[in-house]
Amino acid sequence: MSGLLSVRDLTLTFSTDEGPVTAVDGISFDLAPGEVLGLVGESGSGKSVTAKALMRLNPGNARCGQDSRMVLTADGQDIDILALKGPKALRQVRGDKISMIFQEPMASFAPAITIGRQMVEQLTLHRALSRADAKLLSIEMLERVGISEAAKRFDQYAFELSGGMRQRAMIAMALSTKPRLLIADEPTTALDVTIQAQVIELMKELVGEFGMGIIFITHDLGVIAQTADRVAVMYLGRVVEEGPVRDVIRRPAHPYTRGLTNALPKLHDLDAPLTPVPGDIPSPLERPAGCVFHTRCPAVHDRCRDAVPDMRSPRPGHRAACHLLEEEPV
Amino acid sequence: MTTPAIRIRDLEVHYPLGRKVFGKPEVLKAVAGITLDIPRGSFFGLVGESGSGKTTLGRATLAAAPISVGAVEVTDGTGEVFDVAKLDREAERRFRRQAQLIFQDPYAALSPRMTVRDIIAEPLEVMKLCKSRDEVNERVRDIAAKCRLNVEHLRRFPHAFSGGQRQRISIARALVTNPDYIVADESVAALDVSIQADILNLLKQLQRDLGLTFLFISHDLSVVAHTCDHVAVMYLGRIVEIAPPRDLFAHPRHPYTRALISAIPSLDPDDRGRAERLEGEIPSPANPPSGCTFHTRCPMARARCREAVPELRQMADGHRAACHFSEELAAAPGAAANSEKVPG
Repeated sequence: MSGLLSVRDLTLTFSTDEGPVTAVDGISFDLAPGEVLGLVGESGSGKSVTAKALMRLNPGNARCGQDSRMVLTADGQDIDILALKGPKALRQVRGDKISMIFQEPMASFAPAITIGRQMVEQLTLHRALSRADAKLLSIEMLERVGISEAAKRFDQYAFELSGGMRQRAMIAMALSTKPRLLIADEPTTALDVTIQAQVIELMKELVGEFGMGIIFITHDLGVIAQTADRVAVMYLGRVVEEGPVRDVIRRPAHPYTRGLTNALPKLHDLDAPLTPVPGDIPSPLERPAGCVFHTRCPAVHDRCRDAVPDMRSPRPGHRAACHLLEEEPV
Repeated sequence: MTTPAIRIRDLEVHYPLGRKVFGKPEVLKAVAGITLDIPRGSFFGLVGESGSGKTTLGRATLAAAPISVGAVEVTDGTGEVFDVAKLDREAERRFRRQAQLIFQDPYAALSPRMTVRDIIAEPLEVMKLCKSRDEVNERVRDIAAKCRLNVEHLRRFPHAFSGGQRQRISIARALVTNPDYIVADESVAALDVSIQADILNLLKQLQRDLGLTFLFISHDLSVVAHTCDHVAVMYLGRIVEIAPPRDLFAHPRHPYTRALISAIPSLDPDDRGRAERLEGEIPSPANPPSGCTFHTRCPMARARCREAVPELRQMADGHRAACHFSEELAAAPGAAANSEKVPG
């Protein structure tokens, strides 16, 4: 298949004072151009470190597993992300072919440099543009994402913009180099619900226009339902379920995904009790043996405590790692 | 009806914005005229976007924000009435025991250098509510058990706990003085979804068991709808609508409420791109629009909205809403209920 991104057996281990911490444990996924993959999971599930690994942004104490492979296919060229050496080669995945939008736009713009200078800097670095052309393109992008008086905003600092405006500027900056892959790490979590709706709407328009692949990271299943084509549910460093967004949300195959949907308040049924997923997420230092979810699973039985479940496929294109699924392993 | 636990009359909270050489100093009205009764034993929800003044209102009822105009009266379980704007030293001491706050971020709210036992015991010791250390320990163990913390937990430090457990510690600390009135400010916003439901259920249970009055502040309408028995929607320092959650969701009588409801991302992947999207952002409270403060974003705004401030009016169906055209909104079908159906 002519994919955009292929991740195989990605394992990430951090060496810490308290011993090695496995943050990501053998995950695999693919992404096609123009596709939006939702990566959903709670804090500590490893979704952000996975995204950072794609741009090789994890700190020095992170180690990838022996068999891990990440290949980005863009512009007729295969880039083996883990084999890139030196800052110049890494630039390909840092702002050129891959861009990232962060959760807190205030923290990701340099506070003492104008928005415009930051946009121009990355454009002159990644694209052979003169400063004047880069400025024109930047202002055009700011207008495109719905920022009024773009020429004025270009000369302002991040603190002069409201939260929603800052996130729009962040999106404009990330897209101005026309990346093949956009990673959006909780891009709407810090925004009010009305602004979140505007930003989601904008991102949907831009996918259609630019045709890049998107990895959309969030903890909010509602946001996933509104944006993603496919969704991968992560728990303690593993992908426990993956499939088309309709299938996964309507007919979740893994007990954890079912637990997540049951824990959400439903507006159409205010009398339905909220059912929490029992217990707490275990510390990554004490990862449970067998199925990582067995300490909180309502359907746990003996096999779950020892054997790691394989990915099984309840329906075509839909995979889940649970012993209770009867189908043959894929 | 019995006396409400909290009685707010024409409350305004002003913050100074620096002095001018001539004329009156400019002020920011974080709360711009609110009259509200919170019934005893209710779980009262307050929703709004950031900058709507919901936190300031909550803090004003705890004597933790300056009351510039108007009055707040808190009546405790014994019938004592506290005039929050004019507490003397003695009254303030008694008031602090009765009214407590649970914070948003359980990672920032607990001192990393104190054991859980010391954190929960601190209010008792500061207010000198117990005669002996044994009595303190007994109270701490008692309330910790109600918040599902065991004796083993009490010896540890907060870093050893997950977000949900930390929030249970914060709740235990707020409840240890046996208060009547609790303000929970975004108390589940920092928690993961799977834990959030657990904390909401715990708060509800404690409220029933201990007969507390709760002011539950949140930006998340669906959480408020599920837990509260009354909901007030705030916009730029004013209340725009109050109703029981079921009615509020089924028949919003203010265009802002309707827009908030339709902005909640639906869990149904086929329900994408729904009608109502609010344009623009909440204006600065330092320079609020004239007339109805919502008119700059309102899809139904007319000339009258730019001039006249709408009163919070009682509607036939039990809602109270501050919109000149509520009746029209009620008649208009459509955008009301945002159903989040997950079939199967």
